Amino acid sequence: MSDKYFGKPVKRVEDPRFITGTGHYTEDMTLPGMAHAAMLRSPYASARIVSIDATRALAQPGVLAVLTGKDLLDAKIGSIPTGWLLPDLKTPPHYAIAPEVARHVGDVIAAVIAEDRATAEDAVALLDVELEPMDAVALGSDALAPAAPQVHPEAPGNVAFEWEIGDAAAVEENFARAYRTVKLTLRNHRLVPNAIEPRASMAQYQKASDEFTLWTTSQNPHIHRLLLAAFVLGIPEHKLRVISPDVGGGFGSKIFQYPEEVIVLHAARKLNRPVKWSARRSESFVSDAQGRDHETVAELAVDEHHKVLGLRVKTVANLGAYLTTFAPAVPTYLYGTLLNGTYRFPAVHAHVTGVFTNTVGVDAYRGAGRPEATYVVERMMSRMAHELGIDPAEFRRLNFIQPDEFPYQTPVALVYDSGNYEPALDQALERVGYAELRREQEEARARGRYIGIGFSSYLEACGLAPSKLVGQLGAQAGQWESAVVRVMPTGKVEVLTGSHSHGQGHETAFAQIIADDLQIPMEDVSIIHGDTGRMPYGWGTYGSRSAAVGGSAMKMATAKILDKARRIAAHLLEAAPEDVVHEDGKFFVRGVPANSKSFFDVALMAHLAHNIPDDMEPGLEAQHFYDPKNFVYPFGTHVAVVEVDADTGRVKLLKYVAVDDCGPMINPLIAEGQVHGGIAQGVGQALLENTVYDEQGQLVTGSFMEYAVPRADDLVQFDIGHTVTPSPHNPLGVKGIGEAGTIASTAATANAVIDALAPFGIAHLDMPYTPERVWRAIQAARAQTQQAADD
Amino acid sequence: MYTTEFDYHRAGSVQEALALLAANPDAKLLAGGHSLIPAMKLRLASPPALIDVSKVAGLRGIRLEGVEVVIGAMTTHRDVEFSDVLRAACPLLSQVAPLIGDPMVRNRGTVGGALAHADPAADYPASMLALGASMTIASTSGERTVPADEFFTGMFETAVAPGELLTEIRVPAATLGEGQAYEKFAHPASRYAIAGVAAVVRTQGGSVSSARVAMTGAGYHAMRLTKVEEALVGQTPTPEVVEAAVRGAVSPDELLGDHFASAEYRAHLVEVQARKAILRALGSAG
Repeated sequence: MSDKYFGKPVKRVEDPRFITGTGHYTEDMTLPGMAHAAMLRSPYASARIVSIDATRALAQPGVLAVLTGKDLLDAKIGSIPTGWLLPDLKTPPHYAIAPEVARHVGDVIAAVIAEDRATAEDAVALLDVELEPMDAVALGSDALAPAAPQVHPEAPGNVAFEWEIGDAAAVEENFARAYRTVKLTLRNHRLVPNAIEPRASMAQYQKASDEFTLWTTSQNPHIHRLLLAAFVLGIPEHKLRVISPDVGGGFGSKIFQYPEEVIVLHAARKLNRPVKWSARRSESFVSDAQGRDHETVAELAVDEHHKVLGLRVKTVANLGAYLTTFAPAVPTYLYGTLLNGTYRFPAVHAHVTGVFTNTVGVDAYRGAGRPEATYVVERMMSRMAHELGIDPAEFRRLNFIQPDEFPYQTPVALVYDSGNYEPALDQALERVGYAELRREQEEARARGRYIGIGFSSYLEACGLAPSKLVGQLGAQAGQWESAVVRVMPTGKVEVLTGSHSHGQGHETAFAQIIADDLQIPMEDVSIIHGDTGRMPYGWGTYGSRSAAVGGSAMKMATAKILDKARRIAAHLLEAAPEDVVHEDGKFFVRGVPANSKSFFDVALMAHLAHNIPDDMEPGLEAQHFYDPKNFVYPFGTHVAVVEVDADTGRVKLLKYVAVDDCGPMINPLIAEGQVHGGIAQGVGQALLENTVYDEQGQLVTGSFMEYAVPRADDLVQFDIGHTVTPSPHNPLGVKGIGEAGTIASTAATANAVIDALAPFGIAHLDMPYTPERVWRAIQAARAQTQQAADD
Repeated sequence: MYTTEFDYHRAGSVQEALALLAANPDAKLLAGGHSLIPAMKLRLASPPALIDVSKVAGLRGIRLEGVEVVIGAMTTHRDVEFSDVLRAACPLLSQVAPLIGDPMVRNRGTVGGALAHADPAADYPASMLALGASMTIASTSGERTVPADEFFTGMFETAVAPGELLTEIRVPAATLGEGQAYEKFAHPASRYAIAGVAAVVRTQGGSVSSARVAMTGAGYHAMRLTKVEEALVGQTPTPEVVEAAVRGAVSPDELLGDHFASAEYRAHLVEVQARKAILRALGSAG
């Protein structure tokens, strides 16, 4: 390969269409005869559906049909399945339209199909529905109370699963000989994903061939096809084509198979007309699967040398009303396995209770389990450093796994293949000017200004995943990825990938890899994704897997192309293939560059087949299914610096340094963009974003007037650095960077806020650090100090 | 979300607007539309007709008239933000306008629209109270003038009666020894004021000769903080005096509260913002 493109900050080829408004999104599409769907959603968190009278709605001109849960059951439409099973997992049915009981605000009760969207939405308001509101429960721990309302009869006590990992006895033993222990109750609050493009689906049915096409906002069209065809509609997969065109962000929320997709497919068949639905933002708030929502008790123990002896974690994970596609995996295998962090933890034990509540389903959201784990580990490390009265950076350094200890078997199943944590910490300390900053902090405190410095020396496991391993853990999916590299007679190249780009810049980064390997201009390479009718089977994009797994599949397929191209060139040059070299875009016999064949010459001859070896198939196309040998393990250290205004409780981010190690960067511009967006989301969780349900299960923060997503003026210019520790097991050496910013930054920011509050004697405060919460904590601490002084 | 069906009328003059209002008593007046249209899209408002007054001749512009600045009701926030007249004669409004919404909102939204809508968390109302502005209201029977102190009557309620149109706002130009400041504590999502305090303070011979201080955002409508004003007048305005004056500025019982900011917290914020605004006004006194 050459390195003309790899590692260069090539501008994204997809951006001109996105920033000029010429992207092609599902909502942009229209088909002849298309009808529109609108949903009636439950206004109650829990309600029995007594009756639905559609007479008035159906009487409206332009209204074509009203669908209820009973209609779907009568049509033998199945329940939406979950894609990950755990031992003794309760899997109550999840129907696209609730037939008897609505279980969260936003649960679909009926759908109206009409000639246009306005008519459909108006007709929804004319449905005469009698609902009998029932008691609801919104908080995970409340749902476990003996008298709590029961969300599903199939899940007594609202428990979906009990799950544990690690050696409880070993933890017990180590705690018994601890020099010091700390314990915290931690709330990792719930987040609304808020992709910029709301979900949308458009279905078409071909009566003659009994075939469906679904255009939908999916991160993984093959998973959508598998679930919809095999489980919900009960049709052969090849009768359903799923196309996911330009998609405006997902953050996990577009992995999952949603009710509205089922409804438009069913309606398209029933009416024999194309049917489209697209979410209003207010619908997104109550129907896109949400993130996080853990209540955790964590304990950390150290010995007299300040070496960690063990971590004990007990978590209640709120799963919402239904198990969405990967819901059971997120608070278990993507969480418990990460509780070792970057440290030598001799013993770890985690117990997780998955709980049903009357809220929107909770599933993967940028980082998916790993931000939750990082928050626990990094918060506990800082808490312990504070308890021991030592520097939080040095406490981390003291406990890091050392470079000569890899591969490193953790007590929670994972084997870290590589890592070198100190250089990232050192670089972060240098970038932030740590020693000077601590002095400034001291001086500021003396003047009544409260600055805090927070660390997060995170690690993540991404590049999902070795299929055999995830199969043993309950995945109902493989986790390999596919690629087809198809060379045209003119030497232009089309690459079909099972990965899906919804903001990641695949059309650029993947083309850089292929162009380098084939030594052709990047412009000659097109990356095609998002269509089950064109792609080989693939598992899509989530879990920072596309470069490491999808990219590796392409690299391997390209190697097959090069091998065949070299053999064709050798044949044309009347030489042995092993004597032919590939340099500067040309094939020639080593030492004889004057007599050469271009990639075009070879591609053309492969297709003409006038002069290729007798035993060779014509054509120049290769496919590869790449199953990774392990996860990849990006890591790094983030440092957040904040100031708390003691007068108002408002927290201001002053400085942010991120040093990440994602292995070699294919495109540093894209990688840094990912880090920027990730940090914004993570800082957003710590300081701004909060999903508030009231006791009746009403979403109080259901609009951008109440739900605060971070904006440019909430943030600072991020200072981004890198170290490079390649993955030893994939052909590109790459790891992942799409989620790192989010995984690291919430904990770093939280630790910074608590550090800022240390002079008040505040040891912990739950996120989000909204002004009143911080102000009240300061008031309470001052009152306590005053009380102590009075006593 | 779509609005319900409505008729649309565009008025070219004040007389035409008033005639249309008389003919369509349930109609809503449309100015910049940045509060009304979202409310209609969410169907929180479903007026049968809109009367667009944004293009009414003579209602847009800022001019100095003797000792008063006259602001046409259809003057946009952007016009206010960049007005040289206001920067010289009423710096408070030059501070307030750029804190409203975002550039798109400021390009469309109008002073008169914002005041007549009287959102309890809007920025202008506190300023108008602090400035001692007066509102000119037209109806088919003529014009009347309402002082700001009598204009804001409740949540989304003003002295503008059915059939009437707010046409202009008159603000006394700043005098020698007067300082003006607005301090806003914004909700991080909506960016509306949780507590915004405007202060117009005059000093003479080292002591405060007059003080008008008003808050917005924290309560049901914008209101003067008269206790604070009284505690300042006649005093030498040291930081300690200001600190004492703002203490207990408003009772939580008079304020709004929600999951983001309780009434008690808002009362505290009003004190903090009042202190900041008064001190800054004193510092800028010319």
